[in-house]
Amino acid sequence: MNRINRVFEKDGAIMSIYFTAGFPKKNDTLSIIKELDSAGVGMIEIGLPFSDPLADGPTIQKSSTVALNNGMNTSLLFEQLKDLRKITDVPVVIMGYFNPILQFGIKKFCKSCKEVGVDGLIIPDLPVDIYNDKYQKTFKSYGLLNMFLITPQTSQERIVYIDKISEGFIYMVSSYNVTGAIDSFDSFQKKYFKRINSMKLKSPLLVGFGISNKDTFIDAGKYSRGAIIGSAYINWISENGICKTSDFIKSLKD
Amino acid sequence: MINYNVDKKGFYGDFGGAFVPEMLYPNLNELTLNYIKVSKSKSFKKKFDQLLKDYVGRPTPLYFAQSLSEKFKCKVYLKREDLCHTGAHKINNTIGQILLAKELGKKRIIAETGAGQHGVATATVCALLGFKCIIYMGEVDIKRQSPNVARMKMLGAEVRPAKSGSRTLKDATNEAIRDWISNPVDTHYIIGSVVGPHPFPDMVARFQSVIGYETINQLQELENQSKPDYVIACVGGGSNAAGIFYPFLNDKNVKIICVEAAGKGVNTGKSAATSILGKEGIIHGSKTLLMQTNDGQITEPYSISAGLDYPGIGPMHANLYKSGRGEFFSVTDKKAMEWGLLLSQMEGIIPAIETAHAFAVLDQKKFKKDDIVVFNCSGRGDKDLDTFIEYFKL
Repeated sequence: MNRINRVFEKDGAIMSIYFTAGFPKKNDTLSIIKELDSAGVGMIEIGLPFSDPLADGPTIQKSSTVALNNGMNTSLLFEQLKDLRKITDVPVVIMGYFNPILQFGIKKFCKSCKEVGVDGLIIPDLPVDIYNDKYQKTFKSYGLLNMFLITPQTSQERIVYIDKISEGFIYMVSSYNVTGAIDSFDSFQKKYFKRINSMKLKSPLLVGFGISNKDTFIDAGKYSRGAIIGSAYINWISENGICKTSDFIKSLKD
Repeated sequence: MINYNVDKKGFYGDFGGAFVPEMLYPNLNELTLNYIKVSKSKSFKKKFDQLLKDYVGRPTPLYFAQSLSEKFKCKVYLKREDLCHTGAHKINNTIGQILLAKELGKKRIIAETGAGQHGVATATVCALLGFKCIIYMGEVDIKRQSPNVARMKMLGAEVRPAKSGSRTLKDATNEAIRDWISNPVDTHYIIGSVVGPHPFPDMVARFQSVIGYETINQLQELENQSKPDYVIACVGGGSNAAGIFYPFLNDKNVKIICVEAAGKGVNTGKSAATSILGKEGIIHGSKTLLMQTNDGQITEPYSISAGLDYPGIGPMHANLYKSGRGEFFSVTDKKAMEWGLLLSQMEGIIPAIETAHAFAVLDQKKFKKDDIVVFNCSGRGDKDLDTFIEYFKL
């Protein structure tokens, strides 16, 4: 069984932490993963930096620009992840825009993921139809799960369709927005979480976009299996350094 | 017969589609379901045609360029889009899209702009129809194009600097897309070229196709035949080219020529010749040719003309290139500037620098005496005076 599926079999809210590979320093990737592992996170998302990240707010944009200026790239990431499975058993997902993956080569990318022990992918600008028509077979043949996003605007009908194609989990985008940290969810968002929750989808849900503190994390856990935290963690390591990771995780849990 | 126009799934051959985050799906789906239906309705057509006539000043003349024809020994015609209100073809599209936005009940308009021409054309129609207007423009471009920034402000638009990435057109486009993600219900995004996710390339091409259809009627009158032998246009994103090519895409008797900006030279690293320097990939939600690193990061193009320095080209043009249906030329800054001067002095028409690129084909290609060669004279040179002054020490 894929590590992602396994993590959803356990009880309790799952905390998935996103960081941008190559940020703050080019070779921080494994050190960050070690920190996250020992802080006890449920899942790790590695952002593959892209020059034009359409779905991302200023925090992740900036971290991507820094990472690219540091010389981060796809082959280097796989090189850095060579010993991934010697240091952690936590499920690892790569989140990246489609163009760099396309240029690296879809098959080669999937093969490299499998070799280093990456469990799944989130490719925000690879639409579900095109994935279904052209790429699903390849992804599956390397044992990779591909996760899709839904938003408050996604129609019921489309959610059902996405649920059918989804593997692992559905990434429930919390608002009309690009990524970024907010302080609390409003009634509109909570209503939306409830609506999706009542659909009884086959795929578990994780809430992403806007999770920044204990309140938003706990709230997310009420309506889903957990939350994905990106910008807030990037902000934290920018200010405090990667070695203070466990303090950040604690602040969300306690 | 091979179809060079868009197919049902939004592709031109291998190119096009909508490679966008799920957050944009509802917005694009709303457009896809409505843009053809609305734009073909009687009431829409009536308003669109009337504004093009009374406000933009259409039809624009198809002018027989006597001196150029004699010098280059073929029949040279200029489709005078430079005479449109606001100085270029851009307004054909913004009129169409603002009317569509109104039909769809949108209240707020966003747009990206590089040199500011599309920003001005958008701010103009927003002023005309009373829409709130926000224009995203790269911080670097805001400094380079201050007269157009002032025009947009006079027209009541808010100009928001794009501060991410390289702070130019591609980043302004990213910011506009992010704005649309955050405001999916009340906002319409008026994209300025035949780029971006489906249905934008097709929608913009349709609104610009008035250029080509007028050309047919005018040639019929002037030459007693409706088809030119060649249609030639400059290509940045490709909207003026798409407009004049549109009725001829599937008629191989009409040859199509695209002219890209070589900048300082195709091999200098300072160029915008996407068909030569680009590789297949995804930019702004469209699969097309784009300039990028081996690692798939989008790079910054260069041209003396701000309207041609987009790192991609429209998916229609990428398909024209790959299929061989279109012939592609690239023209350096130097040649384009010389042609700007030549056209001014031979025909009394000061073209935009973008437009001037197209005419340099007359140096590079031999035409037959009876060939009817139609150039899309896409914009006027007023906006480029500072560049001309500096270049020629006028």
